[in-house]
Amino acid sequence: MSTTPADLPVPGSKLGAIELAEAGTKTHRVKRRLTSRTATIAALVIAVLWTIPTFGLLISSFRPEELIQSTGWWTIFQNPGFTLDNYRDVLLSGSQSSPQLGAYFVNSLAIAIPATIFPLVFASMAAYAFAWIKFRGSGALFIFIFALQIVPLQMALIPLLQLFTAWLRPGQNWLHDIVPIIPEQNYLPVWIAHTIFALPLAIFLLHNFISEIPGEVIEAARVDGATHGQVFFRIVLPLALPAIASFAIFQFLWVWNDLLVALIFSGGTQDVAPLTQRLAELTGTRGQDWQRLTAAAFVSLVVPLIVFFSLQRYFVRGLLAGSTKG
Amino acid sequence: MTTADLLGKILQVVMGLAVFAAVVGLLIFLIDKAPKKGRDYWQLTAFLLPALLLLVIGLIYPAARTTGLAFVDRSGAFSLANFEWMFTQPQALQTLGNTIIWVILVPLASTTIGLAYAVFIDRSRGEKFFKAIVFMPMAISFVGAGIIWKFVYDYKSSGRDQIGLLNQLVVVFGGQPVQWLQTSPVNTFLLIVVMVWIQTGFAMVVLSAAIKGIPTEQIEAAQLDGTNAWQRFTNVTLPGIRSSLVVVVTTISIATLKVFDIVRTMTAGNFNTSVIANEMYTQAFRAGEQGRGAALAVVLFLLVLPIVVYNVNVLRKQREIR
Repeated sequence: MSTTPADLPVPGSKLGAIELAEAGTKTHRVKRRLTSRTATIAALVIAVLWTIPTFGLLISSFRPEELIQSTGWWTIFQNPGFTLDNYRDVLLSGSQSSPQLGAYFVNSLAIAIPATIFPLVFASMAAYAFAWIKFRGSGALFIFIFALQIVPLQMALIPLLQLFTAWLRPGQNWLHDIVPIIPEQNYLPVWIAHTIFALPLAIFLLHNFISEIPGEVIEAARVDGATHGQVFFRIVLPLALPAIASFAIFQFLWVWNDLLVALIFSGGTQDVAPLTQRLAELTGTRGQDWQRLTAAAFVSLVVPLIVFFSLQRYFVRGLLAGSTKG
Repeated sequence: MTTADLLGKILQVVMGLAVFAAVVGLLIFLIDKAPKKGRDYWQLTAFLLPALLLLVIGLIYPAARTTGLAFVDRSGAFSLANFEWMFTQPQALQTLGNTIIWVILVPLASTTIGLAYAVFIDRSRGEKFFKAIVFMPMAISFVGAGIIWKFVYDYKSSGRDQIGLLNQLVVVFGGQPVQWLQTSPVNTFLLIVVMVWIQTGFAMVVLSAAIKGIPTEQIEAAQLDGTNAWQRFTNVTLPGIRSSLVVVVTTISIATLKVFDIVRTMTAGNFNTSVIANEMYTQAFRAGEQGRGAALAVVLFLLVLPIVVYNVNVLRKQREIR
């Protein structure tokens, strides 16, 4: 399906092959100007339209409160003013009324990192089993898991929350009793929920990749007496690393940007809730505090934007492969 | 946030990762020491069990139970009341209607704009930069996008300076400022704009890659035949990217059916803007109407089902070819 090791094949499309074709023609392709004048103008209009909303928010986040509330950001030259107070306020201020985003930023990280690692490990193990351990019903089970990926999250929310309340809550309380520094509300439910919801897609994509590792490599190791555990850790994982990286980036951003799972499983306190949940809350209760909302929005956008601009290539692959998730 | 809080959080993450590593390590270590007889089965179990167990507990059982919940009333007896509510009450019908508008308009607009943009910038100078600009919204959260656009739609009473771009434009052209997000039905379309803004980048990147996959000989041959640009587009480009178009449209349709964050952040479903996914949350987790929430989830599932079946068939065919 693809030859470059980092390609995650996408079901029903020929992206892998297409990317190769692109690389091939690039060398002898002479860059020319946009096709025609009309097309140039249309493209420029779209590009500008797509940038302006974000740009306006970014400019506003650096303007003093009274200027934001009384003049449009496009009048910045008539009404100049620059301040970092908005960021100081949303991040560092300890007063009750301020957004106190610092704690939520930590939460977003503390949720996203484990919720990326857990599903990837479990999924690569399962993908290995589907690809390289022969058993009856393997094909049917695999297709079943593939189909699961499009069961909407919404189908699972109510019963899963009930299960967590019945079985996980006592465990959390017990943990709090032993280690008082860990609050009763902890990350466990959110981690588990994200792990579960990531599995079908992760298994499917990693299987596509792991199954394309040459069979001779794995059989040779098996003949030499390596157990499945050894083959998995020493051969499969290192070879599958590019695919795992692509999917890890996608999963990390998915969790970082998620609102629904957080709303239901985090409990909404400063102990657990991620940035997105805090932002959604602020737009509801303080929808006109634009000096805060603009800065707060950018605090939450910084991490995805860094990932986007520094790892664009992997990001695009992970995203294209994972865009049906949820 | 106090230092103790921060320590507690770091401790949680470290403990979580350590426990996880220990469990997985132990599992695989033990399995290598399994009795020789039937060792392959033990190993198979160890590799598959964690994922399967989680899926059964967290997805399969809940999905079945949600389906059950949708068909019972509060006393637990079989009842179709939840579906009756959904298909008779004006508010619920509005939700269904909005969802249909979303799922028609978003894929259509995103794909059209994305395709046009991909064609316009194809092989132009600065193509990468142009792509990054339109693709960027794909990286940020729906909540962030919601705030960005809420600012564009902001309203100040007439006479005062507008701070929302849209109302400023209205005023410049001599109109009266409008409370956009509170005004039905235009507010639904303004929310749809946000989703189109996000999804266009996805359509553009996929279709751009597909366009580059069309052999240049075909384009050149068409050029020699004296066709104009539009004829080349409809007769060569479009047929060449058909399979990618299908992927783009189905993917965006699924994403649109499940759209929640945008509606939640911008209007919370008020002012006649609710959609199924948002109403499901509101009914089940805000209004305490679990049955109605479950019924909405079931309808959501039924709506994405045809796309699932289609995708599974594609996968089956791919596996048969191998």
